[in-house]
Amino acid sequence: MRVTFTVNGRTQTADDVWEGESLLFVLRERLGLPGSKNACEQGECGSCTVRLDGVPVCSCLVAAGQAEGREVVTVEGLAGPDGRLSAVQQAFVDAGAVQCGFCTPGLLVAADELLERNPSPGDGDIREALSGNLCRCTGYEKILDAVRLAAARSGQGA
Amino acid sequence: MADDPAARPDLPGRAPTSLTQGIGGTTTGRVGESVLRPDGVLKTTGEFAYASDLWHEDMLWGHTLRSTTAHARIVSVDTAEALATPGVYAVLTYDDLPTDVRHYGLEIRDTPVLAHGKVRHHGEPVALVAADHPETARRAAARIRVEYEELPVVTDEDSALAPGAVLVHEDRDDHHVGHVGHPNIVHRQPIVRGDVAAAAARADVVVRGSYVFGMQDQAFLGPESGLAVPAEDGGVDLYVATQWLHSDLRQIAPVLGLPEKKVRMVLSGVGGAFGGREDLSMQIHGCLLALRTGKPVKIVYNRFESFFGHVHRHPARLWYEHGATRDGKLTHVRCRIVLDGGAYASSSPAVVGNAASLGVGPYAVDDVDLEALALYTNNPPCGAMRGFGAVQACFAYEAQMDKVAAELGMDPVEFRRRNAMEQGAVMPTGQVVDSPAPVAELLRRVKARPMPPERQWETTEGPDLRSLPGGLSNTTHGEGVVRGVGYAVGIKNVGFSEGFDDYSTARVRMEVVGGEPVVTVHTAMAEVGQGGVTVHAQIARSELGVSQVTIRPADTTVGSAGSTSASRQTYMTGGAVKNTCEAVREKVFELGRRRFGAYHPAWATAELLLEDGQVVTDAGEPLADIAAVLEDEVVDLELEFRHRPTQPFDLRTGQGDGHVQYSFAAHRAVVEVDTELGLVKVVELACAQDVGKAVNPLAVTGQIQGGTTQGLGMAVMEEITVDPVTARVRNPSFTDYLIPTILDTPAIPVDILELADHHAPYGLRGVGEAPTLSATPAVLAAIRQATGLPLNRVPVRPEHLTVSRPSAD
Repeated sequence: MRVTFTVNGRTQTADDVWEGESLLFVLRERLGLPGSKNACEQGECGSCTVRLDGVPVCSCLVAAGQAEGREVVTVEGLAGPDGRLSAVQQAFVDAGAVQCGFCTPGLLVAADELLERNPSPGDGDIREALSGNLCRCTGYEKILDAVRLAAARSGQGA
Repeated sequence: MADDPAARPDLPGRAPTSLTQGIGGTTTGRVGESVLRPDGVLKTTGEFAYASDLWHEDMLWGHTLRSTTAHARIVSVDTAEALATPGVYAVLTYDDLPTDVRHYGLEIRDTPVLAHGKVRHHGEPVALVAADHPETARRAAARIRVEYEELPVVTDEDSALAPGAVLVHEDRDDHHVGHVGHPNIVHRQPIVRGDVAAAAARADVVVRGSYVFGMQDQAFLGPESGLAVPAEDGGVDLYVATQWLHSDLRQIAPVLGLPEKKVRMVLSGVGGAFGGREDLSMQIHGCLLALRTGKPVKIVYNRFESFFGHVHRHPARLWYEHGATRDGKLTHVRCRIVLDGGAYASSSPAVVGNAASLGVGPYAVDDVDLEALALYTNNPPCGAMRGFGAVQACFAYEAQMDKVAAELGMDPVEFRRRNAMEQGAVMPTGQVVDSPAPVAELLRRVKARPMPPERQWETTEGPDLRSLPGGLSNTTHGEGVVRGVGYAVGIKNVGFSEGFDDYSTARVRMEVVGGEPVVTVHTAMAEVGQGGVTVHAQIARSELGVSQVTIRPADTTVGSAGSTSASRQTYMTGGAVKNTCEAVREKVFELGRRRFGAYHPAWATAELLLEDGQVVTDAGEPLADIAAVLEDEVVDLELEFRHRPTQPFDLRTGQGDGHVQYSFAAHRAVVEVDTELGLVKVVELACAQDVGKAVNPLAVTGQIQGGTTQGLGMAVMEEITVDPVTARVRNPSFTDYLIPTILDTPAIPVDILELADHHAPYGLRGVGEAPTLSATPAVLAAIRQATGLPLNRVPVRPEHLTVSRPSAD
């Protein structure tokens, strides 16, 4: 089947999509957007988190056909058009929130959505919003630092 | 979609990703600074190419058919229907292997590339398929008919060593078989020192305990993956996520029947490792399919397969006896540690060596009688995981230390302090600890920290459920919640031990580009997330006084860097980079003396340094620009670096200077337990660790927090459960194998000591593993204090904590 949807502001079409393929598979293997990660493919780890019409979802659990006509934002869509990192991306780099980095794309999409919804979250809010994203390297402390830093910088209009 | 072979998914086509993962941006900063990762930006934009992101034109997808049973004779394998599936290019079984070398292994080559005659564990690879779509490959594999004849399973010490027990390996000829006493024992290491019987007679209290440690999984997030591309010379190029390129190479090439130079390996992006990538996974399989089909073949495991695709941490049963005098001095330790190695040896022998030699912990005890052994069973193979043999013992000896302290009516930290080893202490192996061992100080520091506030869940708007046991399940608002506090400390070796020739290689090139001196560092070190690439640039800048340093991608065109394990890479490959930089620097000085020596006596008399692009004297006087010294010369050196040699442990007494360096960390855990439901909330898990020298404090802190969290997971949730009757894995998924989320993980304050080890580069001490040891027993001690239960097994589950049921095992 053919699937057409908007990815990071651009209309994209994938042909010959098998009905059983996930949105994650189509993004990674047919549209050349491997930033969303395939750590569990069963909706437990959050590494494949994208926004579907603004809502964070595990793209491994969304059938590609369900994305038809909808708007998808992936980690590749977070940076500015000039390639400049978004506040939350820069904060992850600066705070040491990235080690192996496999969880990072999903966490960034989830954190970006949190900060859009709640520009100055408390620690409990951050933990709750990111509780669907597993990280095995960092122990999460630097991830909390990064989200706090992004919130603080955005609050300063940086 | 119906299972119709003709209705197969179409070949995906997409823009290629780069096969060679560049390191990314440039950084600044020297040794001791919190330099940011050079690959950090690529990892936040999604552009960093992990092994599972690789793509090649005309690429096929490989799939592995794995055994559905733990121990069985293979009666027949019928691949005809799979081969006839449209889109399938190859189906391989044992009979298709190209040479007589059909086994591999880290130390003992006992692991079949594909099962032959029998399978020895659930999930053992039996056949391979290559097809043009991953789903086609999966379906074709499902059409391979394997007829099994079930065999009895060996699952524990009793079934392994019973008279007439089934032998997991019938024809062992490895170098351990002569001393182990039974063919179902991989390796056995006793350690005997002093006179235990006499010492025990002096004991005022004797405490004995049996402990059970569950099977932990590394659960790295990036699945096993790689891309094998057949080359025109008949060889193969393999892009793969691994921990040690050259170890892989040594195991892969003979199976393929190729000389090592025709198997060119390149490290692709690695999504975590923690020991789980030390053994081969898809490497040989991918190469076999690529060479058979003449096409590039990519294999990516999904999470289910990943649980079968790598070894796990050895589950263990441990028995301890500690004696102490009334004034709180340990008299002796007796101990027996039985590790389950599963069906293949992997690194079990070295795990046994660690469990035995570190089995007493960081305490000074003159009289010990220990034994550790690893079994062959039909359970999943076990091998390396962060902490490597020291983790299981630490859980048990720290529980014992608390019990002895309780018997003596002594504070558990004070009891540990009275027995804490110091520099100059003698290990049970007879090895003298010849660098700082601040065991008591680490404990003092975590104990001195302010406590998190009582009833920390209370806010002005009522209880914050997220801070309570049970969390958003809304199981309590504080009723039945009891706080507990626990302490633990551990000891881990750094580097490869027991006489292993452990070395790393670094190639460093210095030249002038655009009027500036620039340095290129090339090693085969596997960057798995730990930050070695950051550190190498810091070292090159520090040693060579330049700002521009490029780190080349890791591959096998440079010598081995050894494994990214054993907390060794900053010490070893960092040490190799430092060592080669020093040699490069000497070449620069030689050139400078030749060119400019006549103009200034300091060239001959002063201690020279490279700083800010200049040759300077140790008094800070500039002598020449590096660019002027080098002109068109290129200094390019590749050198090996070794740590000081170690010795094997005596097979009877366990004596020997077996380890390179020791690493120490201590934890204080504060937990809150809903004693009615058995739910645990870890409120804080503070760590103090001696790192010798924090080469990159930000990265060091991240290692300590990450290691601590894996220890926390082991304490309260992580366990691969294996059916004791069938030896089949019950929970190969992130739905059923739980690792800590950000809500499960507490604040982890870190206190870093820097007491130099003068044998090591910059005085540094390997960091990655020690915090994984003591986190688990600290949490257990805290839960014991909150509940009053003995809790002799990890992980602790809610049913172990509720009043109505006794503690497990």
